[in-house]
Amino acid sequence: MAAPEIATRPHQSEHVISLYVNNKPGVLVRVAIVFARRGYNIDSLVVSPGAEGDFSRMTISCSGDPETLEQIIKQLAKLVDVVHAVDHTGGEAYGTEIALVKLQCQLDERSQILQIAEHFNAKVVDYGVESLMLRVYGASEKLDTFIELLRPFGLRELVRSGKVLMARGLQET
Amino acid sequence: MLKSVPSGAEKLIQCLEREGVEYIFGLSGGAAIPLFDALVDSKIKLVLVRHEQGATHMADGYARATGRPGVVLVTSGPGALNTVTGLLTAHMDSAPIIVIAGQTNTVNLGKDAFQEADVTGVTYPVVKHSYLIKDPADIPRIVRESFHIATTGRPGPVLIDVPKDVSSGPCDAPFTDLVDLPGYRVPGRGDPAAIAAAAEYLKASRKPLLYVGHGAVIADAGKAVMTLAEKLRAPIVNTLLGKGAADETHPMHLGMLGMHGTAYANKAVVDCDLIMSIGARWDDRVTSDVEAFCTNAVKIHIDVDFSEFNKVIRPDLCVEGDARLVLEDLIPLVERADTDAWLKQCESWKRQFPLKYPKKGGLRAQHVLDRLQAVTDGKAVITADVGQHQMWAAQFIRVSSNRHWITSGGAGTMGFGFPASIGAKFGRPESEVWAVVGDGGFQMTMSELATASIHKLATKVLIINNNYLGMVRQWQEAFFDNRLSGVDLEGNPDFVKLAEAYGIKALRIRRPADIDRKLREAQAYDEGPCVVVAEVIREDNVFPWVPAGAPLSAMLLEPPKVKLEKPSGST
Repeated sequence: MAAPEIATRPHQSEHVISLYVNNKPGVLVRVAIVFARRGYNIDSLVVSPGAEGDFSRMTISCSGDPETLEQIIKQLAKLVDVVHAVDHTGGEAYGTEIALVKLQCQLDERSQILQIAEHFNAKVVDYGVESLMLRVYGASEKLDTFIELLRPFGLRELVRSGKVLMARGLQET
Repeated sequence: MLKSVPSGAEKLIQCLEREGVEYIFGLSGGAAIPLFDALVDSKIKLVLVRHEQGATHMADGYARATGRPGVVLVTSGPGALNTVTGLLTAHMDSAPIIVIAGQTNTVNLGKDAFQEADVTGVTYPVVKHSYLIKDPADIPRIVRESFHIATTGRPGPVLIDVPKDVSSGPCDAPFTDLVDLPGYRVPGRGDPAAIAAAAEYLKASRKPLLYVGHGAVIADAGKAVMTLAEKLRAPIVNTLLGKGAADETHPMHLGMLGMHGTAYANKAVVDCDLIMSIGARWDDRVTSDVEAFCTNAVKIHIDVDFSEFNKVIRPDLCVEGDARLVLEDLIPLVERADTDAWLKQCESWKRQFPLKYPKKGGLRAQHVLDRLQAVTDGKAVITADVGQHQMWAAQFIRVSSNRHWITSGGAGTMGFGFPASIGAKFGRPESEVWAVVGDGGFQMTMSELATASIHKLATKVLIINNNYLGMVRQWQEAFFDNRLSGVDLEGNPDFVKLAEAYGIKALRIRRPADIDRKLREAQAYDEGPCVVVAEVIREDNVFPWVPAGAPLSAMLLEPPKVKLEKPSGST
């Protein structure tokens, strides 16, 4: 069997922005409007509590041209509810993502699937009669590859957390 | 007996008093009744308007004339949504206004209650910041933060949405002067290294040009601009909104630049070797063809809002800070430059390409406005509406002092001029205030004649009446084979009779010979508003004219002999 062709997303125009924001209603809308007004697409968005209770962390992966992104980051930083906005593209940061993958598959296909899963350190979290649920985490690119390898086996559902990221050392994220 | 706990509404009005609010421009309604009730016992004076949009422009005019925030109070749903245009106008032009809107009870939010609208949701893109108050205890903090945000840094509108149960419920929270906003920064002085670099650029320049915008008005940087200009011997141009920051009658001032700027201002922009923005944002009305804009000149940008840097053009140097403070730090570092040849060149352009208009062929807006400048001796506060009359007023009325020129620039909101003049007159009762409006824009907010009349406000309204939406007609004539569509305002009322119906004195100018006499008669009248209707020739066009998107060098000084290409720039 020939190796499946792996489609990768273009990386040169991908950006990851980290926002530290007030934990208040409406902040997400204000942030989203900054992107939407300029026709910029958000690929993933993770919102979670910050280290201090009154603040939240947003990690936004997006793609588009760098000039518009510069304007977006400035407009985000200008929002009263945004404490800081940092573009981590190409910076010293550790990023990771988690994905849940549901496959509809027959018993005789499972050994091949489990072989791939083992290679990617994925764990089977649900066994069904006709289905398998796998959990995998790591770099987003690794997840892309994993998913493409499994696609021929009957990819039924895919849930990705979106990328989370933290600056290395004592640098602020 | 124990003093009873104030209601949220009472507390909110007390907070406004603490902020020094003199006037509230408002229109009542169900969800705002507790707030209007609290006004009965307040020393704040309520100016009852006839439409909420008018209230926002009044607050805006008040704010721009005085430098103090203007306050609007309206009810929920349609009342609040009628403020959207005014919020946009204030947002685009960095005017500090506070809009307080009544809202349905908290429990009814999102349930399509009567006169419920998601007002914070609708207004997100047109406010600097906004609040939906959920707890009466937050009122003192939110009001303090709102005024702080509206008036500092780059000013702008703030909306406060107040559910009826919040305004009705008790509020015993103490007043606060503290503002704790970790995400909000107010730039002050500029980075000394950047300012030193600016001085170096200026030292090397032989053809410098100071390009003054609204930021200089807001920062009251006019004196510093003039000091810098005189020390450097550098000419000055200003934007539509920058008028008045630096004295337009000064010999080194070349007037307004851009689409309908003076020929000599635009020639200076095309030919300069350095252009320094002082609180101006390289708007498309100024730069037109960005690719062709000042390609060989060093560009310096001073702005209090860092998001303006690299937005339209990429300057050689950006200095973040308050325009006045940055200039005050810059002035000691600069030296008189060898600009004699440059100033001589600008002088010669001024003589060669003056603003002009035909003196024959009936009554012309330019003539009326030229005389308004003379009759008021340049001392009046002028609020201009939007359209041809606005551009002619910007050309012929040279403004010599700060906050004497108010118009809707960024948003281009027709209907702004007249209510803005009401707000300006409330804020500056000692000043002579003239609204210069067209017949189109005036009819969008003319219901405020009642507001001006009831307060016997001695403001003057000059209606330049050509029975057309003239600016659009000008474009259709030039670019669309004169196929007029949606511009003929047939059916206009007789504006003199209309004003008289409100009990307002009204005069009419029909011939050039009437101009001075009627303007002076209006000027002398101080018992209430006075409307002057100038019945100008119907078809006249604004020149100079840079077709939208064309390079400034392609400016037309007079009607073109050949048909023009459709403009590449928007609107």
